[in-house]
Formats: sequence, C-alpha cells, structure tokens
Amino acid sequence: MIAGTNYIGKSTRRVDGIKKVTGQAPYIAEFNPADLVHGYVINSRIAKGKITSIHREKALKVPGVREIFTHENVPLEVKIDSDYTDPLSPPGSPFRPLYDDKILYNGQPIALIVADTFETAAFAAGLVEVEYEEEDHGEVDLKKNLEQATHEDVPDPAEPRGNAEDAFEDSESKIEAEYYQPREYHNPMEPFASVASWNEEEGSFSIYDKIQGVSSSQGYIAGIFNLEKEKVRVISPFIGGAFGSGLRPQYQLFFAAMASKALKLPVKVVMTRTQMFTFGHRPACLQRVKLSADKTGKLTSIQHEAFSETSKFEKFNETIVDWSGLMYECENVKLDYQLVPLDVYTPMDMRAPGGSTGIFALECAMDELAIETGIDPLELRLINYAEKDQNENKPFSSKELKACYQRAAEKFGWQNRKPEPRSNKQGNKLVGYGMATGVWEAMQQKSSAKAILTAGGKLTVSSGTADIGTGTYTIMSQIAAEMLGISLENVEFKLGDSTLPEAPIEGGSWTASSVGSAVKLVCSKLQETIFAMAAQTNTDIFENKLIENAVFSNGEISVGNSTAIPYVEIIKAAGKKSIEVEVNSEPEDDRSNYSCYSHSCVMVEVHVDEDTGMISVPRVVNAIAGGKILNPKTAESQIIGGVAWGIGMALEEEGMMDSRNGRIMNANLAEYHVAVHADVQEIDVIFVEEQDDIVNPLGAKGLGELGIVGVASAISNALYNATGKRVRELPFTLDKVL
Amino acid sequence: MEVPKHPETIPLELNINGETVELDISAWTTLLDALREHLQLTGTKKGCDHGQCGACTVLVNGKHINSCFTLAAMQTNKEITTIEGLANGENLHPVQDAFIEHDAFQCGYCTPGQICATVGLLNMKKGNTPEEIRDLMSGNICRCGAYANIYKVVEEMKEKGTEGTTSI
Repeated sequence: MIAGTNYIGKSTRRVDGIKKVTGQAPYIAEFNPADLVHGYVINSRIAKGKITSIHREKALKVPGVREIFTHENVPLEVKIDSDYTDPLSPPGSPFRPLYDDKILYNGQPIALIVADTFETAAFAAGLVEVEYEEEDHGEVDLKKNLEQATHEDVPDPAEPRGNAEDAFEDSESKIEAEYYQPREYHNPMEPFASVASWNEEEGSFSIYDKIQGVSSSQGYIAGIFNLEKEKVRVISPFIGGAFGSGLRPQYQLFFAAMASKALKLPVKVVMTRTQMFTFGHRPACLQRVKLSADKTGKLTSIQHEAFSETSKFEKFNETIVDWSGLMYECENVKLDYQLVPLDVYTPMDMRAPGGSTGIFALECAMDELAIETGIDPLELRLINYAEKDQNENKPFSSKELKACYQRAAEKFGWQNRKPEPRSNKQGNKLVGYGMATGVWEAMQQKSSAKAILTAGGKLTVSSGTADIGTGTYTIMSQIAAEMLGISLENVEFKLGDSTLPEAPIEGGSWTASSVGSAVKLVCSKLQETIFAMAAQTNTDIFENKLIENAVFSNGEISVGNSTAIPYVEIIKAAGKKSIEVEVNSEPEDDRSNYSCYSHSCVMVEVHVDEDTGMISVPRVVNAIAGGKILNPKTAESQIIGGVAWGIGMALEEEGMMDSRNGRIMNANLAEYHVAVHADVQEIDVIFVEEQDDIVNPLGAKGLGELGIVGVASAISNALYNATGKRVRELPFTLDKVL
Repeated sequence: MEVPKHPETIPLELNINGETVELDISAWTTLLDALREHLQLTGTKKGCDHGQCGACTVLVNGKHINSCFTLAAMQTNKEITTIEGLANGENLHPVQDAFIEHDAFQCGYCTPGQICATVGLLNMKKGNTPEEIRDLMSGNICRCGAYANIYKVVEEMKEKGTEGTTSI
C-alpha cells in the first residue's frame, strides 16, 4: 500500500495558519449566541473558614443585572462527589463549586453575577459584600509543613533495587543535595472561558469550552446535571494555549452551565488574568538527591526523594522520581515520593509534569557528581549510559540518546568548555557552559477516527481531539493526505467536538502518537474500501490483485503498471456520493514488552554580569531523539517553545504565597514573570534520526513536553561553571548568584 | 439604601480599518472591549486586560498600543487598524505571511498582537539591532514560546525593508 504524496516528514505550513494570522480563528470567548448574557465570578479572599453572609442587594439593583448565584440559591440537587469527577480526577473529593459555605482555599469561586453586558457584571461584582468567619489562615508553604508528608493515596515509585544506602556509604565519590522548585502557573494567553446554552425543550446543553479534551467537559457536565452524555455537546475548535491547565474542566464551565440552565439563556463566563491563578498549578516540590560513584565515574548508587504539595481534598500526583531509576545504569537505587496536603487548590499537570521537576534535580546532581569526580559532565553521562530500562527491566523500543549527545556537543562546541569555574570571561560577563539530559515517556492511548471521501474528491477526517497550538490540525491532515495520496488542500481535519469519534484528552505528548495512529488506520481502511470497490467497478484491472501492490497516488488507484483510476470515478461508478469509514485504534500488544521514551541533550551558554548579577542565556542547543518527525516546522516549534519554558522556569517563574492570608501575591503577568522576547535568544534544535517500529505505527514519539525537560538543570550547571556558585533553588534570580 | 448608579452610555464614532463605525457604549468601555464585545472584531485578543501581555495590541495612527489600556472614547478621530484590517482582501500583509512561513506562533492567541507590534516597529523604523528587536517586542508575551521564530520574522522584515502600514 504505497502512497504517493510524501507529506509525512515534510516541513509544512500550518493548515490553520491563515485563520490565525488574520484574526479569524475563533477562540471560546468569541462565540456569541443570540440573547447572550455575561457572568462574572467572585472569589474568596480568605484561605480557610466559612462564608457567614453574602450581601447581594446593592448589586441586584444595578440595571442589567439578572441574578447573583451563591451557595444559598444555587439550583442544584445532585451534589455527591462522584458527580463532579472527570477522567483525570486524582484520589480524593473533587472541588464542588457553590456546594456549601466552606472555604477550602484563597481564590475559591463563591458567587456568580450575571448581567446583560460584561461591563455591568464586572461593575456589580464590586458591590457584593462577603463576610467570612476565618479559621487559622491556612497552610500554604510546602517547606514549613513537611511533617505533614504522607504516602497515603500516593502511587509507589519504581521498586528499589540493590542497597543504595550501603553503596552510598561505601563509595569514594558522593554528593548529597536538596533542590527546590516553587509553584508555577500555566498562564496560557487565552483566559479560560465557557459559553453555555441550555435548551429547555430538549433538556440539553450546547457548550463552547476551553478544554484539552471535549469528552472531559462533556462527562463533567453530564455528571453534575444528571444528563445523558448525548445531551451535552461540547465544542472547542481553537485553544489559546493550555499546557495542562485544560486537562480538567475548570470552574467557569460549571458556572456558565449552571447559570444558563437556571436563567434559560446562553451565558458566557471568562476568567480574568488574576483568576487564572485560582485553580491548578505546578506543585511546589522539595527534592533530595544522593549520588555516589566509583573512581571511574560509574554510578554506585542513586537515591532520590521528593515532597510535593497537594490540596487537602485531592491527592494530585505526578511522576517525579522514577526517571532517576531509568536514566542511568545503576544497580543500587532507592526512590521515594510523598505528598504534603495544604490549604490550596489541587495542583495540575503542567508542561512535562513531574519530568521537568524530577530531571531538574537529577541532572543538577549529576553535574555536582561530575565536579566531585573531576569527570567531564558529558563523559560522566556516557559512562553511565543506560542500555535498558532497569525500573521495568525492559529494553527501550529505540534510544538514540548517544547521537543526541554527539550532535549537540558538535553544534554547541562543548569541547571549548573550560572546566574551572570563573575561568571564561567576556568583558565584565562571566561565561558558563552547562548540559543536561532530557527524557519523556512516549505514550499511546486508544483513539478513534472517521474518514469520509466524497465523489468530489474531498477527504474529511475527524476525531474529537484538540489542537492547543501543537499543530494537530496540520499533522493529521498531512497523515491523511499521505495515506490517500491526495493534495493537502483536499483534506480537512475536524476536531474539538464531542459529536466526533472519541479521542484521548490532548496531553502527555501522546496526541501525534494516539490520534495520528487512528488517522493512519482509518485511511488504510479507506484504501481497502476503495480497492474493494475498484475490484467491482474496474474488474479488468483489479480482479485477483493484492492490495499490497496497489498504489494510492494523485487521487488515483493503480496496481502494477495498470491505468490509474481516480477515486472519484470509482465512487461515482458505485452510485455513491461518498464513502465513510470509522475505526478504533489501540496500542499494539508488543509495545508492552518495551519501554518507550524520547530523549534529548540540552547544552546552554549563560552569561552573568559580574557587577549586577544579571543572567542571560544567549545560546541553547537541544538535540532531540523523538522518533519520526512528522512535520519538522511544527516539531521545531514544540521544542523552541519548551526551551523558552525552561528558561522561564530557570530564571523567572515563581508563584509567591503570602503565608499570612494564604493568598498568592503575584497573580498577574506583571509580577508573575514568564519568559519574554528579551529572555530568549539563539535556540538550535537538532532532530537526530530515530527509527522505531514498536512505539506506534507512525514511529513518532511526541514532542510537547520533551523540549522543557533538562533546560533548567543545564542553566543551573552553566551558572556553576560561570560563577562557581551552585544554585539549587528555582528560579535563579540575580540575588542568588551575587 | 443608596441605589448604585448604572453608568450611562455615550455615542461614539470610531474609524476602524478605514470604516467609520458608530457605537453607543458606557464611557468606561476600553477600546479592547469595544472591539471585541460591541463590534465583534474579535481578532484583537484579551489576555490580561491590564497592559501586561500585549495580546490586545492594535495600531492607532500607525503606532502599536495596548487597546485594553485606553478607552474607546479616547480614540475618536484617529485611524485604528486591527488584525482584521491588515490583509488586502485575500492577500496577506507580508508580516502575516512571514508569521506562517516561520511558524512564528502555535496556539495563535497572542499572534494578532505580535503581528501588530511587528508592523508598529516597521512603521516607526525601530528594531534595528537584535537587542532592540528583542527589547521592543518584549511587551508581547507568547506563552507557547515562539519567540525565536517571531524574531526571525522581524529580522527578515527589517532586512527586506518591508513596509508596515504607514510611516510615522
């Protein structure tokens, strides 16, 4: 079944590019059904206690205000925990908006004002007075509450092997260090938004929602309002960034739906930027790492423990320490992971959840061990190169990490690194080189897809997945065009609609792998259908021929040197207007015999101004082994984006809590710093060849997370090389290097 | 109890993308909300509403400003250009085309603002060194992190001497 267009692997402009550069791509808050009214959420100003009264009178008298919903008048009957779960609910009891008078965290949504215009709702919100009975201000600081750490409801990390404690004691070279990462906030540029329309006659919802998987919002709303799933349609065509924040439905969805049903009007609720700091975040995490090695630099033990925050009502967990058991070859490994429940909202997955955190500590520790042993940091990693996954005792499906090390070192000029700190200067700037390894799991989920080929030659492929900026629309169109041998212009890919075949939530870097495999499969089924039809309509050519020898190219099918017959003729000859195929795709069984991971090598140059301590990152090289690269243009974007995130994580991002009232102090983009243009300079992305026939039928591993992993550690290591100062607490602000 | 006074509306005329539009809105309505909520010109985005992110950048008399940081009522008798007004029919502005070619966006939400900021730089003949480009574009946050590619667009436009929309 050879196809003839060759779209897969070619740099291709985004198919939704024109929509995005002309302002025509509709994001959620831009849908305006007739008779739309606007909701504005009021949030709690205390972290713990209860609401004693909410004075609504003044606000209700403002002309244009329709209703103010609080826990006292919310029209809901079904209020048990299980009604509020979503596919990614961690163990515990999900937050239920307006459930009762209790305050669980500062910023908790406690009321919704609905008015005719956005301005009126926002104005009236300022007239609502809330009285509280405050309990102790709440525990919001991870480091001050480590004694609360628990293993309860926390998945065990990989099994220990050997005897890490004894090996550590007996080793000549050893390091022991503590690393800290503060809480970080996703802050996609598009604020969370929902537009809900309740249809009283049909007893159904039609909802536009910012979400990374429409089925998640659909199930959530169906659960809360006790409806059949089919009665809830969720649409989400364009997502203005999410980075994990849209993996679970956020509270604006509940409010829009609840108010729409109560008022029998379409309701739009959009979060303010400050409200974007009132739900999930990357948890603060304290890590302790102990490494030891023999004289040759061979690791003799790895110990890695992590303490991560969670809320008091859900046990959010992520994979932080397991990476330390599979990244390097080592016979003595001990891992531990505990959660510290605080009076905060439940943390959420955020770009490379767990991986960017755990690898930050491990790769800084490896650099410390390199200094301790006097071995070049790159050489140390090569000495301890893992040929198999010792956590699972399985071979890797593919692992071209050595090529990443080599290509990155060549491009970066690693051999020019001066090992002695403070020995490389440019004017008043100290120059440092640092490196780190990156890793991410290459996962695949079940996914469905549908393909329709019309007698007009147009192919529509659809799946209820999402495009959060990752390029889903484009790569799925490329796969379909390649499989059917038709031009990209004749392919349309549809996503973000709960009426489409179900796809997994877009996350974990598994969309290319999962939905891509479903698209490939549905197109190969379509090939079979076309072939079978051709055998009927053009018996002279296709009778007794094998589909394996058929060629699907230029919108035509041929076999051997036969005349090529256009698909449209075959469809018309069969008296049809179109042909349609739908499939469910699943990971292949053989996959479970292997460990599937993508890998990277990050090398960075940092400059530190000796007078001011200002840190800049003029150069980053990131060499990636991510399997088959479907579209180098969009793939590179994933990696440069991840690197920008890594720079922000290293130098800027920090959610600062006021422990007096349990409130975040910098809940805006002026004070919560993310990387901006001035922070990001030269980034070289290298994709090394990596053939993988096991990971999935496309051989693609997914790239959304990998780009950030290792970047902060490489910057920390370069800072040490530049200044001789080891900074173990993120972010590396100038006060920490002076 | 004193009944809070609902803000009155005022009539306004704005010149947007070469057309005169009439509005009857609260005087406190920002240019951004006037565009998005009252004129359905939703290509201009709201990212923070506080002048911190640049997603709402539009051109006023050729200069790029944050439309959330000004009231619609303050922008009468001026030429306002939004992302919807940059292309000439089907023909994209060269900056728009270069954004697609260099894949200088991912989710696309900050993109109209980034494009208007780029056009503003070209109009003002600014951005003449790499440092100046990066500094002057820093008011426009791209959380997807497309900065390296946006930089390539601005650099290419400067090298080619591409015209913005007007000279100021």
